[in-house]
Amino acid sequence: MLPYTIGNYLAPMLNKSIPGTDHPEFKAAEEAARLRFNGYLSTGGTKSPDHFHRELGKIIWDYCGMERTKEGLTKALSDLPALYEEFKTDLCVTGNGESMNQTLEKAGRVDDFFQLGMLMCRDALDREESCGGHFRSEYQTEEGEALRDDENYCHVSAYQWGGDPMKPNLNVEKLEFEEVHLATRSYK
Amino acid sequence: MSHNLKNITLKIWRQDGPQAKGNFETHVIDEITDEASFLEMLDILNDNLVHAGKEAVVFDHDCREGICGTCSLMIDGQAHGPQRGTATCQLHMRQFQDNAVITIEPWRASAFPLIKDLMVDRSAFDRVIESGGYITAETGGAPDANLIPIAKTIADAAMDSAECIGCGACVAACPNGAANLFTAAKVAHLNRLPQGQAERFSRVESMVETMDEYFGSCTNHGECEAACPKEISIDVIALMHKDYRKAKFSNRKDLARK
Repeated sequence: MLPYTIGNYLAPMLNKSIPGTDHPEFKAAEEAARLRFNGYLSTGGTKSPDHFHRELGKIIWDYCGMERTKEGLTKALSDLPALYEEFKTDLCVTGNGESMNQTLEKAGRVDDFFQLGMLMCRDALDREESCGGHFRSEYQTEEGEALRDDENYCHVSAYQWGGDPMKPNLNVEKLEFEEVHLATRSYK
Repeated sequence: MSHNLKNITLKIWRQDGPQAKGNFETHVIDEITDEASFLEMLDILNDNLVHAGKEAVVFDHDCREGICGTCSLMIDGQAHGPQRGTATCQLHMRQFQDNAVITIEPWRASAFPLIKDLMVDRSAFDRVIESGGYITAETGGAPDANLIPIAKTIADAAMDSAECIGCGACVAACPNGAANLFTAAKVAHLNRLPQGQAERFSRVESMVETMDEYFGSCTNHGECEAACPKEISIDVIALMHKDYRKAKFSNRKDLARK
């Protein structure tokens, strides 16, 4: 079971020999993973990954739910890096990296959730309109329906990892409608 | 109305790896709400252990709604605990009393080698499923409903066996470590339906023989049926044996070629 975007990359590898574990790419990936996990194990702090998971979840739940505001997202984007910094300095992961360690696994996941959480808030703040599952309460019709801004946000976008979770690179591709024209669906 | 249970003693099996020596470790939970699920109780224990600088207890869990088959646990000697027809994740602390002493062990069966603490490797089940192979069915869009007429009684019986979530409680409960209930449920699920007929006999033969490579033999104890969180009847084992016997005749051309 693979994400459907990966199959296309793997298909040309069919019936070819599998690269060995002495391949430099494998060694580099293994070393990066080892460094990352040793980092969690040696933080030597006082709080469990579950503690940070709950604190992070509360911020996202409060400020980056289906209804978001500029004020709330700005607050989330100031709270999140502070909590992430605490995660990096006050994390406590017991056990070791030699046998099954679910606390260590959780630490890795929570680290990812932090980065994804910051990205979600950043994107929600950047998109000054309401559309689909993104409802910015500043942008609504008199009847409380989502108000799109096709002038400025008629595009698809994807963020690219640039090393700092607070500064992702935004890639934008404009949407152009030739045969069917943009309309607003009514749910009434 | 919820209330808090007091003074719960847990005797938990700890073992660092398949070759390490294991032992029971005692933990006392002073107070816990009876609305907590059994796994939430373990989550709280683990969070307390980590904050105290101790290693958390390893246990398997995923959906926590009784449909994925990931959770396990022998609780007071019963697979999935004292509540009938449910998985461990559906068990709640309200099933227990104040001052209870609860023993928690992993599945114990030689086909399920221990990974750590309460987690075991159930990939022998995957080998049985793999050996069942494919069914001949057209791929593409979903077919229209009722395109193949199936009698209600047959559809219901197939669904009863398809309910198997592959948790391994049947193997853990069996004194022989047999996987007959699991394998038979999977065999019966397809063998009862028209879509399963093309490979019916080759499938049952290879699944039974793969099962025999890993698991013990069935001697009709019936412990599996009592432990099954989906209450699958051991009747499916009779269907599997019948089909296996038939397969030995219907597959004789294949046997002659071997």
